[in-house]
Formats: sequence, structure tokens, C-alpha cells
Amino acid sequence: MGGLGFSFPLLLLALFVLPILWWLLRAVPPAPLRRRFPGIILLLGLKDEDSQSDTSPWWLLLLRVLAVAGAIIGFAGPILNPAPEAENDGPLLIAMDASWASARDWQARLDRARLLIADAGRDGRAVALVQLTDLPPTTEPQFQSANRWLARLDNLEPAPFGPDLVVAAEWVLAGDDPAYQTYWFSDGLARTGRNDLQNAFETVGALTVFEGESPLFTLGPPRYDAGEVIVLAQRLHEFDAGDLTMLAFGLDPAGIERELARAPFAFDAGETTIDVSFDLPAELRNRISRFEILGNRHAGAVALTDDSLQRREIGLVAGSAEREGQALLTPLHYLRQALAPTADLLEVPLADLLPANPDVIILADIARLSPEEDAAMQDWVDRGGLLVRFAGPRLAGSDLARAAEDPLLPVRLREGGRTVGGTMSWGEPKALRPFDETSPFFGLEIPEDVLVESQVLAQPDPSLPERTIAALADGTPLVTRVRLGQGQVVLFHVTANAEWSSLPLSGLFVQMLERLAVSTRPITPDAADLEGFTWVPDVVLDGFGTRRDAEALPGVTGAELANDPLSERLLPGLYAGSDRRVARNVLTAEDRLAAATWPSGVTVEGLRIAAPVNLAPYFLMLAFILLLVDSLAVLWLSGRLRNISKGAAIFIAALLAQPAEAQQSDDDLLALLATSEITLGYVITGDAELDEISRAGLYGLGLSLTQRTSVEPATPIGVDLERDELVFFPLIYWPISVDQATPSDAAYARLNAYLRGGGMLVMDTRDADIAQFGATTPNLRRFRELAAPLDVPPLEPIPEDHVLTRAFYLLQVFPGRHSGRTVWVEAAPPDAEIVEGMPFRNLNDGVTPVVIGGNDWAAAWATDEFGRPIYPIGRGYTGERQREIAVRFGVNLVMHVLSGNYKSDQVHVPALLDRLGQ
Amino acid sequence: MSEHSLHTPESLRSRSEEITTGLPPLLAEAEHLAATILLGEHGRKRAGTGDEFWQYRQAEAGDPLRAIDWRRSARADTDFVRQTEWQAAQSIMIGLDNGQSMTYSGGDQRPSKLRRAQTLAMALAILAVRGGERVGLTHLGEPPRGGEAQLIRMAAALMDSSETVDYGAPAPQVMPAGSRAVFLSDFLGPLDQIEKALGQAADRGVRGALVQVLDPDEHSFPFDGRTYFESMSGALNFETLKASALRGAYQARLAKRQALLKDMARNTGWRFQYHMTDGPAEPALMWIYHSIEKGGA
Repeated sequence: MGGLGFSFPLLLLALFVLPILWWLLRAVPPAPLRRRFPGIILLLGLKDEDSQSDTSPWWLLLLRVLAVAGAIIGFAGPILNPAPEAENDGPLLIAMDASWASARDWQARLDRARLLIADAGRDGRAVALVQLTDLPPTTEPQFQSANRWLARLDNLEPAPFGPDLVVAAEWVLAGDDPAYQTYWFSDGLARTGRNDLQNAFETVGALTVFEGESPLFTLGPPRYDAGEVIVLAQRLHEFDAGDLTMLAFGLDPAGIERELARAPFAFDAGETTIDVSFDLPAELRNRISRFEILGNRHAGAVALTDDSLQRREIGLVAGSAEREGQALLTPLHYLRQALAPTADLLEVPLADLLPANPDVIILADIARLSPEEDAAMQDWVDRGGLLVRFAGPRLAGSDLARAAEDPLLPVRLREGGRTVGGTMSWGEPKALRPFDETSPFFGLEIPEDVLVESQVLAQPDPSLPERTIAALADGTPLVTRVRLGQGQVVLFHVTANAEWSSLPLSGLFVQMLERLAVSTRPITPDAADLEGFTWVPDVVLDGFGTRRDAEALPGVTGAELANDPLSERLLPGLYAGSDRRVARNVLTAEDRLAAATWPSGVTVEGLRIAAPVNLAPYFLMLAFILLLVDSLAVLWLSGRLRNISKGAAIFIAALLAQPAEAQQSDDDLLALLATSEITLGYVITGDAELDEISRAGLYGLGLSLTQRTSVEPATPIGVDLERDELVFFPLIYWPISVDQATPSDAAYARLNAYLRGGGMLVMDTRDADIAQFGATTPNLRRFRELAAPLDVPPLEPIPEDHVLTRAFYLLQVFPGRHSGRTVWVEAAPPDAEIVEGMPFRNLNDGVTPVVIGGNDWAAAWATDEFGRPIYPIGRGYTGERQREIAVRFGVNLVMHVLSGNYKSDQVHVPALLDRLGQ
Repeated sequence: MSEHSLHTPESLRSRSEEITTGLPPLLAEAEHLAATILLGEHGRKRAGTGDEFWQYRQAEAGDPLRAIDWRRSARADTDFVRQTEWQAAQSIMIGLDNGQSMTYSGGDQRPSKLRRAQTLAMALAILAVRGGERVGLTHLGEPPRGGEAQLIRMAAALMDSSETVDYGAPAPQVMPAGSRAVFLSDFLGPLDQIEKALGQAADRGVRGALVQVLDPDEHSFPFDGRTYFESMSGALNFETLKASALRGAYQARLAKRQALLKDMARNTGWRFQYHMTDGPAEPALMWIYHSIEKGGA
């Protein structure tokens, strides 16, 4: 590719004529200029000294020769990057890695492939396209006509995992005597089997590799370390640089996904990895659902978070006061040790703990709660709390849950408990029985040295077996659980310290707490950790890093989730187990990016397409401009331009200076116009007729306001949502037309700022004549599209006691050109109530930010400059009455926006007068 | 102003139109110009007829009773006569070249030479009339007169510029002895006629000023390239292949002509000055006024 070609190269021979032209131009003098001049009498008799000096100056000649040369070259049809001749025939295979790393420049790949396929199609070659992440079931590529592939090209999508190149190499060689040329779109990452596949392709035919040059940035799984969330960012090449920003997304308290934090970062020179840390409050940190690199659209730049990042708040309450110096004996010591690395611990009295609403409350050897605490605790568990209780001397000694079941204990207890293997008893300390399949602890390995010496015993009940989730070797329950509402209550029948058993000393204790979701896993789970469950995908990523609902994707086993490479069956995403969710990201914590290396014999091309550019118009234009310059120069040489030149210079200078100044002064002018007096604004929709109605409408409304009220607005101003500042306008009228362009994000941001800042947007769908009784009109649909990004509060039809109904005139209907359709305003707060003796509710402060209706108010308000109505309203007197009411509504609108809830406050006047009268 | 910058015969549809349209601007312009200069009458420093007070002297036998200044006499024992200074009016003859060469203007924004000469002449006439002098035009067969009516007559005569020759020459018909004269011309025509006119004037004791009114283009000769020059009437023509090469020679000839004119003027007791139409008219008027006054003193 590249280079310069000509459609008609022979025409270039005409360039040889140029020297002759030069000579000719030099020989012919320019035409004389006739000039009247009284001083001629002094010239008579003078002689020209040099008969040659009258020829055109050399630069003029050069100009002309260049112009002619430009024309000649232009007509010869120069083409930049002429399409190359095809080198090969026979079938063509286009193999694409189609991995997540290809997603970063997927469109460029498709464009390049499209060009290659189109070329092959012109040459009549059969084409097959294979995504290596999705090998066809047949042993050979399906060669088809190029057009078929062109039609399907846009439907291709990169996979969120990498291709298995070893399998692909086998697939290539498995064909029956394959022979084809291959274009291989590599994603640029070193992968096992890349050289195998390269060799395989080279055995079947010529191979050209295409690799993009765009930088690749990826994120590793986020981890928690010393109060900070750390995400490992990587880059593929050391020269991939740029100002990068990492964003953390999550749900806000209202349940809407938002950007929660952002951290700009840059790689150090020579480094390909960097740890980006987020120091966030626990509240915020727990809500993070994923990290992304701003502007990188591929699955590798998205890191999903799971429970490992979420630090639960655990309240610890112990029965006995701590005794100084006996830390190892306190009931809470081992819990603290087990939980502190992975959770935030709250150790406050129970009364203070419940209002803090922790995720888990652990009661170590506490028997009785006060009735208030008991009720609050039940309520808390019912709402999803996890209550974990440990037994102990007090629990064993109390009469709690003896006769009847206590809601906060899973089982009834027998008095006293039992001691086995102690100094005063027969028998051996008991070991644990392996966990059965229904137990949440299923799969955990039980160390042999975990022995239980004392425990509290459960009363045998019909429900006891199903509540038992861990038992001793002799079958007595060790851990029991019961669900209560949305939450659960778990009882360990031993103490939380090592007094009764060695369980708290073992690693099993920590794992059991994890399984109970008391704590969360500290590091990447291993297979053993995940064993025993089927993990169902909840959210999965596609190749572009977009999250998708997993819908009906099959679950995977824990071993697969932990060990298997990502594939079609195991997509990156969030997998849900029994009580926890585990994220499987594209890159694991250990993965490091490495660039693919190609042997010297392989042709590697970029993705950039140098399309043929026809240069003929440029050359011809150049020739034309040169000729224009030539004529100007001739004029100037002959002196005829002297008077014009000054004016022209000024004109050109004015042209050059104008745009910047105009823009500047435009903005200032708008601010000046809109702020020097009260100015109503209307949105310029681009429909000239509609805009004129809006303008005339607001003008007419302004006239009415001037006549009737102390508000005297200036001429209304049309605002361009894309360019103009809105804050100057107390009220902006926005008529909806089907054809108007959707404002840009920046414009919406400005609109939302305007609404939040106390502005009022009157949106008018102008279709109340046909949109009654729930019919949907095109305007209404367009309105919904336009208003969707607006930050609009809950709405309600104007209630009877709304301030708008009495801001200036007393109104109950709000007609415009049409009279119908309810008009919507911000809803009153739900707690607004009618006070005894007051005619109106004590409604919200402030001004409704939007008024939405369809009565085409502007048309009703519209007048010409002398105040005569422009558009007919209704019929006869009734119509005029309707117009009058419409104008009154307009007056009320402006009054409402300018004076806020002033009229609403009037309800207090009797009370105020009463007080003043004292 | 630009529509009046060139008074060509073709542009004048009729004499009456020309007078009604051209006169007021010319007069106004000239009045405006004249207002910049204040002057008194030419006092004779002796008692005589005039308006200015000269002296009181004791009444003598033979003084008419009417001549006695009673107010002064009442303050003394003798009678006094009030004498005024003797004042005599000058005659100023203005010669204006209205050859076609005078209608040239090198630029849109500049008045033609004729226009400027007319303005100067009229302003001078206004000054003179205000000063109590008599003025006249040399090519009219009328003696000089004073008074506002003379201004109107002169303005009308000045606008009558239906001359067809390329270069005009001063041809004074009336030149009272001892009067002052001003010739306004580009002096591009034959020099011998000018010399002759100056000789005649000197013979009659007339002194004055030659004012050469030139367009800046005639001074700087800003032309180059192949040019075909024509005189204003088209009677003369000259072609050059490279006009810029002639600039030096042209300017040398012009300087030589001006030197000749200066010599001629000095020999006859006249003064010579040239004036560019792109400059303001006031300094030229000032110079003319002073040179006339000096000549008379």
C-alpha cells in the first residue's frame, strides 16, 4: 500500500511543454495601460532605456507555470495509496482472535477485514471467516462468497475470554488437505500455542498477521489491604501511555448505579503495572460493584468486585466483663482474631449496637436480653440480620428456651449441658462428624485436633436434625441454625474461647465463620473453598466489558470456577453461591500481560487502512487558485489594484478578526440582554415556524404582564440548548416538535443544573386536541425521549390548592390553544396535610421546576408587536374567554416562578395578623 | 465633495444648473476657508477718510463746524476735531487657469486641481472683500470691485470653465496699475506666455504671487509598467514600456520648470509657491495672503 499513482500517466508528458511556455510568456509583453496624465508634457521626448525590462516579473511567470503544471498533473488523475494488485488467488481464511483484548479496536479490525473481504470478492475468491474463540464445528473453514461474509461482518462480537490457540492449531491441521491463504487478526497478547497456530497456518498457505497499535490497559481483581482497595492496572507495552482514570461504580443509596469514586493514574516509565488504591469510607467501599478504566471498552478493563471487598460490620457482645490480663480467656478474643482481617468490628453495648444496624451480631455467652432488646433484636433478625450466639456457662445456667422455644435460639436447650473428656468425667473429648451435604459447611476439611470437651445440649425435637448444620461424632448437635424472617439465628453449642473446645483455635473456625457469611473470604478463593456448590452466574461480561444479565446460563462447579480458564462455559462475571458471590474477572491477580512476538519471517501489518485518495480535485483547485492569484497580481502590477488593495486588506482583516469576537460578544450579549431585565426564554427547536410561535407567545405574554402586573419583561430570547447559558432565564418555554434534535449530554447537564438552580421549564407537547383519553401522539413519544435524561421530580396533575391556581389570578383550568389534558407539576410532599381552618394544604417550598402540558399555550399567548392576537382560539366569545384564561395562566406561571410560594404563605396571614393584634 | 471634485464641461448640463448647484458649495467652502484668517484694512498711518480713529487735534480756522467732536471739546477749553485714519482700498486681480489639465485628479478622494484653485481664488476674494478691497478676475473684461455682489459675480465667472485647450495660460485683460495679482495654475503650459504676462504686470507696477497647484501624482509620478499616457484632451500622447524608469527624468524636469518659474517671479518682484491638492488649503491661502500684503507694504 502507499505511494502515488496516476490514472493517465501519459498526460504527464505535457509537463515538457512548460519550458516553452516560460519562454513564450517572457517574450510577450503585457498589454499597455492607457492613462490620462497632464504631466505628459514633461515626458515628451524621453526615451525608454531598456526595451526588455517590461516583461512580466519572474515570480509571475513562475506562478503561471505552476498553475499550468497543477492543471496538467490534476488531469493526469493522481491517486494517493492506489489499491494494490491482488497477489494471490484461491480461498482466503480470515482468522480473528476475537478475544476481549481485540475489543479495544474491534471496529478497526472489522473495517480492515471488510476491506480484505471486499478485495477478495472483487478477485472472485472464496472467503471464510473464523473467530478463534468460537471455532466452527466442522473440521474445515466454510468458504463462501465474499458478499455473504460482508453481510455478517457487523454481527461479529469479540468474546470476553481468550482463544485456545492449541486447539485452534489442531483444528487447522485436522482439515482434509487444507490449502488457503490466511489473514490472522491477532489481539497482540502472547498466548500459549500462538507459534503452533502460526506454524499450522503457514503449512496450509501464506500468512499475514494484522495487529492493532492501540494501547491495551487492563485491571486485575480488586483486593483489600490495610483500609484501602487496591486495583492492579497493567499495560501491554511500555510505550502505551496517556492520562488514565480509574472509575469505581456502584449503587447509590437510591439504588441507582453511579460513579462512586475516580482515581487518575499514570504508569511510571518502564513499568507495565501499577497499583491504584482507593481510600474510601466503608459505606462507600461496600457499595462498589466494579472498577473500570475510563474510555477503555473491553472486558479486560473492567474488574468486578465480589464479597471479598465488602467488609461486613459485625457487632460483638460478650456477657462477662473483660478481665484485665486474661486476654486469651475473654470470650471474644478468638472471634476478634478471626474476624478483624476481613470485617469491621463494633464492640459497643447492645443497646447502641442495634441502631447501627450491623450485618452480623455475635453474642458470646449471653442468655437473657431485656424485653426491649429482645424485641429489637427479633426485629433486626427479621429484617435480614444474622445473629450468631455462642454458648457458655451463663447460657448453660440460664433457663432460657427450656420449656418453649426462644425465637432467638434455634433449639430448645437442656439444662446444664454436658462435659465429656474432662478430668472429672469418663469418655474422650469428641471430634466433629464430617459435614453432610445440606450443611453450609459441606466440603470443609475437619482437622483431627479439633475436640470438644463441653457443650450445651439441644432438646431432641422433630425439627432438630434439619436445624443441625454441624454435629459431633456422636451425633449431638454442635452448630444449629434457624431462619427467622429474612435473617437467621445460629448457635454454636460451645464457647467462643478455648475453654470448652479447641474449635476456636483451629482454621476451621475461621472457615466456618466465612461459610456462614459472618466474615468474607480474605483472598482469591481456591477450589477447596468453593467446593461443594454450584455457582450460578448472576452478571456476566461481554467482550466489550458491558455487563449483561446472565439469564439462563448454566451454573459451574466450584472447582471449575476456581481453576478453569475462561471459556464459553465460564464467562467472566459474578457467580452466586449459597450465601456469597464470587467474581471471576478476565485477569486473575497473577496474570501479567505480555506482547505477542512473531518470528522474523511473518508479515505483520497494522490495522490502519490507507484508502485511495483521488488527488485530482486538489491539483485542479490549486491551479485555479494560482490563476486567480495571477490575475490579482497582474491587476496589482498594472496599478489598478492600488486603491482597492487598502479596502481589501481591511475587509480581509475584518473577516479574520470577526469570528472569534462575534462568538465572544455573542455570549456576553446574551448575558447582558437576559440579565438587565426579566427575560423569558424559549428553546429554539430548529423549526422556524414553531420558534416564531414561541417568540410571539412569550412576547404577547410579556405585553399582558406589563399591562396587568408589575412584571415588565423584556423581549423574549430564544436559547440554543447546545450553546447558551440558561441560568439567566426565570422561565424557559420548550415546545415539543417531533423533528427537533435531541440535546447533547452537556446540554442536559446544563438543563439539569438549571432545574436544580430554581429555573422553570414549561414543556408543551401542543397536542392536547388529539391526545386526550390516554392516546399516545408522536409529540408525546418525542417528549418522553427528550425528557428522559432530565432530572425531574415526581409529578402530579396540578392539585386544586396548588400555588399556580392563585399566584395572581384564581384559576382552576389551564387552557392554551387547546383546552384539555391535565397539566403536570412537581408533586406535593406526601406529608402535606390540610390544617384545620386553612383552605389550603401547607405545600412545598420553592417553585415547581417543570410544568408539563399539551395545551399549546404559546399559540394562545401569541400577539404581534401591537398586541393583536395572531392565532385563532376556539370560536367567538368562548374562544376569546379561553384566550383570556390562557393569558391568566401565563401570568400565574410567571408570578409563581418569580414569587415562589409567596401566595402559599398567605395562608398564615390570619395567624400573623392575629399575633400582631396582641 | 467627490461629485464636485471634477468640473468637466460634460458634467455641466447647463449654466444655470451649474450656478445653482456649484455656487453654494464653492462659496461655502471659500467662506469657511476665509474665516480662518483675520485681517484688517490697509491703514495708511495718516489722517484721512476712513472708519478707524486716528487722533484728536485742536480745531483750526476752516474746520467745518460738523467736524468738531463736541464730547472731547467739552472736557477742555478749546475745541477738538476728531480725525480718522486715511484708508485706501487695494485692487486684487485673480487669474485662474481653466485649461483641461487643471481638471485632473489622481485619486477619488482628492479635489481636482481646478477645484482647489477655484476654492483658493474665491477664498482670497472673500478675504479681500471683507478687508474692504476690490477684487476682479483677470480674464473678465471688468474692473475690480468690492462688495458682496462682486463675490457672487466672481463665483459665477469662476465656474465658467468651458476651456478646451490642454494647458491654459494667463492672459490678463484688465490689470489696474499698482494693483496686486495672483495667478493660480499648474503652470504646465508654455512658459513664454507666463513670462510675457509677468513682464506686462511688472510694467504696470503690478506685483503678486504665482501659485502652482499640482496633483500629488504629478509630483511623485507613481506609475510603472507599460503605459500609454494621454493628455486630458487626448491631443498629446506618449507610450513607455516601463514607466517607472522615467520617474527620475520626469521629476527632474518638473523641478527644473519650478526653478524657472521661481526665477521668473523673482525677476519681476513676484513670488512663487506650489501647492499639492492632497494638502489642506489653509496654508496656501495664508501664504498667498501674506505675499500680497507684503508686496503692498
